[in-house]
Amino acid sequence: MDDEVRVALRTDADLVNARAQGRAMAEQLGFPRPDPTLIATAISEVGRNIVRHVGCGEIILRPLQEADRYGLVVIARDEGPGILDVGAALRDDYSGMGGLGLGLPGARRLMDDFDIESSADSGTIVTMKKWRVRDELARLREERRRRE
Amino acid sequence: MSVAILREGDYLIASIQSDLSDSEVVELRNELTELVGTHRSRGIVIDVAALVVIDSFVARALRSIVLSAKLRGAETVIVGIQPDVAIAMVHFRLNLQPLRVALDLDQARSLLERLTSGGGGDGR
Amino acid sequence: MDTELDQVASDEGADQRTSDQPAERSKEASSLLKELVAYLRDSRTELREEWARRISEAELLGVMSDEEIFSEATEVYDNYVDALETGSIETLQTYARELSERIIPRGVETHEVLGIVLLLRDVLARSLFAKYQEDLELLNRILDEYEPAANRIAVTVGVSFVEERERVISEQQESLRELSTPVLQLRERLLILPIIGVLDSERARQLTEQLLRSIQENRARVVVIDITGVATVDRTVANHLVQTVEASRLMGASTILTGLSSKIAQTLVDLGVDLGMMRTVGDLQGGLVEAERLAGYLDLEADDPARPET
Repeated sequence: MDDEVRVALRTDADLVNARAQGRAMAEQLGFPRPDPTLIATAISEVGRNIVRHVGCGEIILRPLQEADRYGLVVIARDEGPGILDVGAALRDDYSGMGGLGLGLPGARRLMDDFDIESSADSGTIVTMKKWRVRDELARLREERRRRE
Repeated sequence: MSVAILREGDYLIASIQSDLSDSEVVELRNELTELVGTHRSRGIVIDVAALVVIDSFVARALRSIVLSAKLRGAETVIVGIQPDVAIAMVHFRLNLQPLRVALDLDQARSLLERLTSGGGGDGR
Repeated sequence: MDTELDQVASDEGADQRTSDQPAERSKEASSLLKELVAYLRDSRTELREEWARRISEAELLGVMSDEEIFSEATEVYDNYVDALETGSIETLQTYARELSERIIPRGVETHEVLGIVLLLRDVLARSLFAKYQEDLELLNRILDEYEPAANRIAVTVGVSFVEERERVISEQQESLRELSTPVLQLRERLLILPIIGVLDSERARQLTEQLLRSIQENRARVVVIDITGVATVDRTVANHLVQTVEASRLMGASTILTGLSSKIAQTLVDLGVDLGMMRTVGDLQGGLVEAERLAGYLDLEADDPARPET
């Protein structure tokens, strides 16, 4: 795909790079602050699991386009042993300590859409998206819709 | 080196120059802990203005520095958290309880003076 | 047999609408178009006048003077006929955008723009009926050329106008928002952020950004956020407020929230919002006193804004 960026995750330095790439793409797409930093932070949390627990994987960054909104999707993939209890990994006790220490609840709070698929056979795929409404009228429409 | 550590009398000032990798964070923690002992420092200021992201790992490392410094008789103040980073930390609900923060070096020095005079800052 | 097939073939030919495939347009069709365009140009004066008359009759473009309407009408008419002739909408789009940029600040609305374009279309169509009424078959073929082109023009102009309008509204909203969330430096190290009006999550986001940046620039120790001018607060906004206060704390500043109506206070309680870390004071006056005390107090004594309150 055209504007896709892939970052291999193996070392510490790769994680620094993934953060920087995520922030750069978000800024380029026009995300207002603090979104680029929120996205970079989510990438850091999720990417660290790959570097730390699996040893090898990748982050894929892709711009998204819809009629009223634009966005960015972060896909964090590895072919590791998988997360046994995804439910526990996502459990958010709002203390910053929950979720088996994998930082997934935190990452989920930073992003708009969050999805995780994990199994012993095929590893783990975390898909996270951040959206911004395209323009003022679309945003106002969105707010109105939410309130009704 | 990604971190410059200077000695200012009784205090150590650690200035992070760029985004740190996990191993650099660990290295910083070890170095500060050692230096506090060597110089019998009474205070540490860590300037994190260059950090693009403060996530759970960095937060844990900072907490670790604060606790081990305390064991050696030093108070720690974190300065320079950027606005976007502060918002991210709040969204993330990072638990920062034992951490003291200040806006910049000046405020940090004032804070350290208050904390280190009159015998420590806890349980006033 | 052959003649029957020929008959069928020519009937199908006659039924084909070829407006979207200029390559397939028969020589006859393009010469009809030429004839049509020439006629419209020759009759420019009367048709334009008829159009202007219909515009006043329909009470459109009230904000514009007769002279203005006349001059814009001339340009629109000429561009319209050009677009019919070339089949190219690029020039028309450019013109429509420029026209929109001119008339939107005057207060011209979407229904007016669509209205006048459709009126022009009607005026021209009627005149074609009048001219070709003796030969209905020819009239039909002329209309076959005219209608799709005229429709495309109406859509192009309408869409360009609407898009330009949305862009302008967007810009206005942006500047309004910036104006309405000013962060003021009251004294050294003391900022006040009065919030007035509707607080939605986008505005709250901007507010937070501006406040934190101000804390940084002004080296503020205390911030007073006054919500006297805010009528209601929902869960999203309440959470935003709490997050703003917590983020301010991470930058070394204490926050005092003032001007909570009992209604909002109740809402916050009902929402289970944790106000524990926030100092709240009923009115702005009291809040400022508290803030000054805090700022003064902070300068002299060892009170750490990062610590939870005891």
